[in-house]
Amino acid sequence: MTIVPALDLFVAGVVLIVAVWTVVARDSSSAVVGFVAYGLLLALVWVRLGAPDVALTEAAIGSGLTGALLIGAAARLRAGESSTSAEHLGGVGRTLVAALATIVAAAIAVALLSLPDPAPSLAPEAAANAGATGLGNPITNVLMAFRAMDTMLEKFVLVIALVGVWSLAPDGAWGGRPRSYHRADPEGALVFLARVLPPLGVVLGIYVLWVSADHPGGAFQGATILAAMWLVVLMAGLGDVPEVGRQQLRLMLVAGPVVFLIVGLGGLLLGGAFLSYPQDWAKPVILAIEFAMILTVAATLALLVAGPPERSAEP
Amino acid sequence: MSGPVAVLESAGSSGALLVLSIVVPVAAALVAFVAGGRRTAWIALAALPVGLAVAVAIAAKVPQTGGALVYLLGGWAPPLGVALRADGLSAVMLVVTACVVAAIGVYARADFRVAAGAAEERAPFTFWILLLGVWGGLNTVFLAGDLFTLYVALEILTFAAVPLVCLDGRAETLQAALRYLLFALLGSVLYLAGTTLLYGAYGTLDVVLLSRLVTAEPAVLVAGSLMTVGLLAKTALVPLHLWLPPAHAGAPPAGSALLSALVVKGSFFIVVRLWFDVMPGLQSVAATQMLSALGATAILLGSVVALRQERLKLLIAYSTLAQIGYLFLMFALAYDAGAASMLKGDALAGGMLQAMSHAAAKAAMFMAAGSIYTALGHDRIAALAGAGRRVPGAVAAFALGGLALVGLPPSGAYLAKELLLRSAADTGQWWWAVVIQAGGAFTCAYLLLVLARVLGPVNRTATADETTDETATKRGRVGWSQQAAALALAACSLALGLVDWSAWLPVPPGTRLSSSLVDTIAAAVWPVLAGGVLAVLLGRWTPPPRGRLQQAAAALGPLRRAGVALGAGFCRADAFLRQWPVAGLSLLALAIVFGAALSARY
Repeated sequence: MTIVPALDLFVAGVVLIVAVWTVVARDSSSAVVGFVAYGLLLALVWVRLGAPDVALTEAAIGSGLTGALLIGAAARLRAGESSTSAEHLGGVGRTLVAALATIVAAAIAVALLSLPDPAPSLAPEAAANAGATGLGNPITNVLMAFRAMDTMLEKFVLVIALVGVWSLAPDGAWGGRPRSYHRADPEGALVFLARVLPPLGVVLGIYVLWVSADHPGGAFQGATILAAMWLVVLMAGLGDVPEVGRQQLRLMLVAGPVVFLIVGLGGLLLGGAFLSYPQDWAKPVILAIEFAMILTVAATLALLVAGPPERSAEP
Repeated sequence: MSGPVAVLESAGSSGALLVLSIVVPVAAALVAFVAGGRRTAWIALAALPVGLAVAVAIAAKVPQTGGALVYLLGGWAPPLGVALRADGLSAVMLVVTACVVAAIGVYARADFRVAAGAAEERAPFTFWILLLGVWGGLNTVFLAGDLFTLYVALEILTFAAVPLVCLDGRAETLQAALRYLLFALLGSVLYLAGTTLLYGAYGTLDVVLLSRLVTAEPAVLVAGSLMTVGLLAKTALVPLHLWLPPAHAGAPPAGSALLSALVVKGSFFIVVRLWFDVMPGLQSVAATQMLSALGATAILLGSVVALRQERLKLLIAYSTLAQIGYLFLMFALAYDAGAASMLKGDALAGGMLQAMSHAAAKAAMFMAAGSIYTALGHDRIAALAGAGRRVPGAVAAFALGGLALVGLPPSGAYLAKELLLRSAADTGQWWWAVVIQAGGAFTCAYLLLVLARVLGPVNRTATADETTDETATKRGRVGWSQQAAALALAACSLALGLVDWSAWLPVPPGTRLSSSLVDTIAAAVWPVLAGGVLAVLLGRWTPPPRGRLQQAAAALGPLRRAGVALGAGFCRADAFLRQWPVAGLSLLALAIVFGAALSARY
């Protein structure tokens, strides 16, 4: 056995162990820690499977942002954790769950192993049609051209999700700011990081978007980096979350889907199809949409973590 | 353009209507989000007639295409690109949805108005955007020709629907919303897992292309059962209904109407797509009979528990549980064992007609219940007497909507029942005919229970409660527009049976109310009689202290006691099934049993 397959087996084994550990963890904070580690390991697996775009997303969203949300939730739940388990499961129930879950997992495993090899794929067709947009990264082509409708509607999902989070605000705080973070020690490490990291992070985020035309990357991954930078600044107390009633903020939150829709309808009016791009201008138009999207996604993700408004608007 | 040419039948410029049908609510929601304040409501209300007109235009175009109206998004043909497709089923669902959303919009104007002096308020702002979100999600469900686009549509629908449950911000509605969110997301994950397997097996997610490729392979059978069970969890088919009663009863009236009438139809519609369009030839007798048996269980459990409710909104929520069961009866009837395939005929048409009738009728009933609550300051069924005088329009809407649900001619549900019964007779499955008739009688039972209170004499003890209540709860005034909106929807549901549906639904031309006068009267009278008996035996009522009724009640003694015991048993069963661990176990068990039933044929 050569070294590479052995490493793969090792990583796969660790992923399984961490997954089981996350499920059986007694308290929610250790489960969250397990979950974050699990996400990072999965990102490694995706790299090994030759899917760097998925790996970037998994690390940024699956592990990073979700981890941040879960840590916050676990911290808030800790006080009432014992009271939430009114509908608990006895020993027989647990055994039954384990048995049924094993059967379902086994069925999925059989289905996966029975899939044709090599897998039927649209990758060659996607690569062959890259000329229509002038972009070299087939994944960006899929997201921005072939399945542009899905991408546009997913940005709409983000807006709706944010409205859902905001709907939990107390009536008096409507239009105001989300919960503020404790002011960090001005000489501490967090404040130092919050001063040093963002300039680099912002450049990196935009770079991840920019290269996505021809290389792995994309608006979503870039936006997650930007959102993380913003959150670091907020947590260090160097800035405050904007008031959710501000119109500029709301414009930023819909910029992505709105630009997408305008381009889509433009294609329709110019005699093409909805969401078709003009032949010679495809690349700049797609970049314009992606820049609007990175703003929207970064702002939405940061505000989803920040939570509903809790402090009333200043008069 | 250099991309692939439109190989699938594309319908030229009229196909752009399909795009508009999704873009109108989505764009309106985005603009309303930025505009804020009072403008949010106005933008939403302005979008309603536009969307309705687009839906009607699509419904007018579809019969001319002979099959489906197709639009290739971005000019890219499947499998690389995604297409929007409107067949007859999509067309009728689009129109019904637009009508119901419009009526809910008119109704909600009074409830979700920004108070004088305030610039913007939480509940109105979120309600109007979520209303548009639900609408955009549903239209995408009806039009998407691709399993992943359907997943995105489900996500829009879920995230727009869940916050509607807890708009009033009370702790108990927050809990109901959280239950709904977690269970609905579990359903999404199962659906997505199945989609992934199908892509792995065939390299396409287009509904039409997949239907040509699928064969009975392990991946397809596993995918089919995971997706079906995930969608059933989102549709709240018994035993996966833990989230529905508290969510549908706790939401504000306009929200309840939207959730009960439309949102559950979204995931139901995808089940229909999956079973009839993607893999019609892979179903088995065992799987279809099982799905319909779950439906029959839902009818029985939902109806009996509805009869035992003290509050009107919970009664209507349990009625939805029963009516969802009714929608799944068509699967057993549509399966042709000889051809080993799902057939698009009477059964499918009946099921879809039932879904449409229920959408209009249930929205009307929840809106009417909201008006009654506002007028009386409560919704305890025992103390509903006098509601008829305060809000006559709402009470009439409740009664008409209820009668439409029972399936009294000429309602859409009546025609649906006829079609399902005909299909049961044609396929020799008499047991489903029994279930269909019993379902109508049960619906009538809980309707009679409510109407007897509303129209009956003022109950003395109940009135005493009411007067003590009055200090705590505030009675309000109900505008005529709210009652008119509910009444209009109820009337629509009642008139659906008069339309010739052959242009959109798979029925022979001229299928509409055809039976003779005697048949019609019999069809109207017998569910009422049977429902009356069921209401007396199983319903929640107390005999008056004196008089002839007291003697009659005493004569019923043992039977009544048995009925009450049975009802209590069903309530306990419902409470048991609605626990988290039990619902989770049911989900896993159903996935396994469906997988086994699907592969039983091979």
